[in-house]
Amino acid sequence: MTRNFSAWPIYALLGILSAPLAVMYLFLVIDTFTNAPPGSLIPNEFTFHHWRFLWDASVTGDVWGPTATTFLFATTMVVIVLAVSSTAGYAISRLNLPFRRFFLSGIMVMHAFPSVTLIIGVFLVLQFAGLYNTLIGVILVKASLMLPFGVWIMKGFYDQVPWEIEMAGVQDGASRFTVWRRLILPQVTPGLLSLGIFAFIDGWSEFMLPRILAPSANFQVLSTYLNVVSDPNSTTYNFNLFKSVGLFYTLPILVLFAVFQNRLMNIFGGGTKG
Amino acid sequence: MQVTLKDFTKTFDDMTVIDKMNLTVEDGEMLALLGPSGCGKSTTLFAICGIHRINGGQILFGTRDVSNVPSQKRNVGVVFQNYALYPHLTVSENIAFPLSVRGDDKAKIEREVRAIAELTHIEELLARRPAQLSGGQQQRVALARALVRKPDVLLLDEPLANLDAKLRLEMRSEIRRIQLETGITAILVTHDQVEAMSMCDRIAIMNKGEILQIATPTDMYRAPVNKFVAGFLGNPPIVMLEGKASGDGRFIVNGGAGLPLPSRLANIPGDTPLSLGVRPEHFGAAGASQVSGTITFVEPQGRETLFDVTLADGVVLRSIQPAREDVALGHKVAWPLDAEKLLAFDATGQAV
Ligand SMILES: Nc1ncnc2c1ncn2[C@@H]1O[C@H](COP(=O)(O)OP(=O)(O)OP(=O)(O)O)[C@@H](O)[C@H]1O
Ligand SMILES: [Mg+2]
Repeated sequence: MTRNFSAWPIYALLGILSAPLAVMYLFLVIDTFTNAPPGSLIPNEFTFHHWRFLWDASVTGDVWGPTATTFLFATTMVVIVLAVSSTAGYAISRLNLPFRRFFLSGIMVMHAFPSVTLIIGVFLVLQFAGLYNTLIGVILVKASLMLPFGVWIMKGFYDQVPWEIEMAGVQDGASRFTVWRRLILPQVTPGLLSLGIFAFIDGWSEFMLPRILAPSANFQVLSTYLNVVSDPNSTTYNFNLFKSVGLFYTLPILVLFAVFQNRLMNIFGGGTKG
Repeated sequence: MQVTLKDFTKTFDDMTVIDKMNLTVEDGEMLALLGPSGCGKSTTLFAICGIHRINGGQILFGTRDVSNVPSQKRNVGVVFQNYALYPHLTVSENIAFPLSVRGDDKAKIEREVRAIAELTHIEELLARRPAQLSGGQQQRVALARALVRKPDVLLLDEPLANLDAKLRLEMRSEIRRIQLETGITAILVTHDQVEAMSMCDRIAIMNKGEILQIATPTDMYRAPVNKFVAGFLGNPPIVMLEGKASGDGRFIVNGGAGLPLPSRLANIPGDTPLSLGVRPEHFGAAGASQVSGTITFVEPQGRETLFDVTLADGVVLRSIQPAREDVALGHKVAWPLDAEKLLAFDATGQAV
């Protein structure tokens, strides 16, 4: 950044504007580890009491089951989204497909389409396929809803790989598949990485679809679990406990963001070319 | 390996870019495909290596018809204009790629990569990545990669276009040296006549998808088949004068005076429309006839000086001479014209 003007007024303004959020987060963290006397915000006691749900299933029910399910949900989604986007994006970017334009515009439309509006159709399809109320059904739906975005982003990354690299590979005697796997794929790994993280976060935080498409299933994901914990009418309701579970739920996402924030930005740099 | 194009035809959608081209590149020869931008040089090259499917005719390597053989099986090495190195691989991995795809064992790959790196003088760069190389070094790596599996034919698409002037000079002789040392049949695509003339055994000059002339650089320069070829070769370029024959062995410039014709054209009938081409080195050095005029432009080029001389009737002739300062802008001069070396073309542009 050029230093033609001093940056501190901007920082100050941003600091003031985001202070409430930061303070709230700070209290969220503090509250989960402390008790405060009634009517006060200042804690007077350090405790792990609110985190006891981690080892005591009698508090809010078992938390590790939903955690495992959520993890499975998110990773499966990553696998599906990456597998399909990396191949479909390549095909749309490079191969002389029949109906290529149709695919492209279809993807564009789906990309912009609010997925909630599809839910009735999705519901019917799942019913028909016998996947209603199953984890697989929810994963498939969630992954396919993300695919237009994924394919489009990957196409953008493939578009930026010079055409000559591919031709050079073919001239060097490699099959198209080898060229893709050994020469082209390594050039789009930043895209794959960002897309994978996005897919993971998206899967991890999904709440709607499990609720709607598997309301009475025998599995729970963390978001629905949190929903139960946060129900003020339930017998076990405890605000600090709710905060702890909430923090536990957000933690992986926060860590992912902290570690990969720079990488995530380049999805917008790489995925813009039509 | 001899490369032959027979009635090679290429169309894109409805546009015929190359129509029934015939070309033979002899075994071990380096041939330049020279022509202006968009004339179909790259198209021809990509057809030979199999990137483009041809729409008609045949491509033969030796006696083997490769028209329908996929790129992977043609055993052609290609150097692309932007080198197309694999950015995520080191130089040695780049060069090893064709061999590893073929399934050679490690020791052999190692040996071959060393050998080719030695030939192209890049031994000390093997551990680097392409982004850490200069343009000339990238060029050498691209050459090494194209040559490492001992292809039958080497194709170079404007290999020097991305280099600066000094490197271009250096790589020109380097590419030629490597081609001669390996004895490989090579086709060089370029729109730079200097490159074509200095690097190649023969030049095939193209315009609008057609080969106009195939000859050695000297023959082509001395005896171009038509006006286009004459104008394309030579820097500073030839001066073309439009006019007609006088009937007594002279040439009359449109609206002006006469110039001598070469003696081989002494019997050309009067009033035949002609174009007369005067190369700058044929005016001002030696010759039987004198032409006088005024110097209207001087361009010192170091070793040589380029003059424009305007004759009494307004015709401008160009002269290039070893650097001299005894004449200057505005001086009247009478310089010799080497009439025997002048080029003449008929109304359709063909040499006469
Ligand atoms: N893939 C393509 N689709 C349609 N037309 C093409 C295609 N490739 C080339 N052409 C056309 O074919 C003609 C010859 O192109 P080519 O690339 O062979 O020219 P070139 O001689 O290599 O020119 P340059 O010196 O600019 O590289 C041009 O008119 C070009 O527009
Ligand atoms: Mg070209």
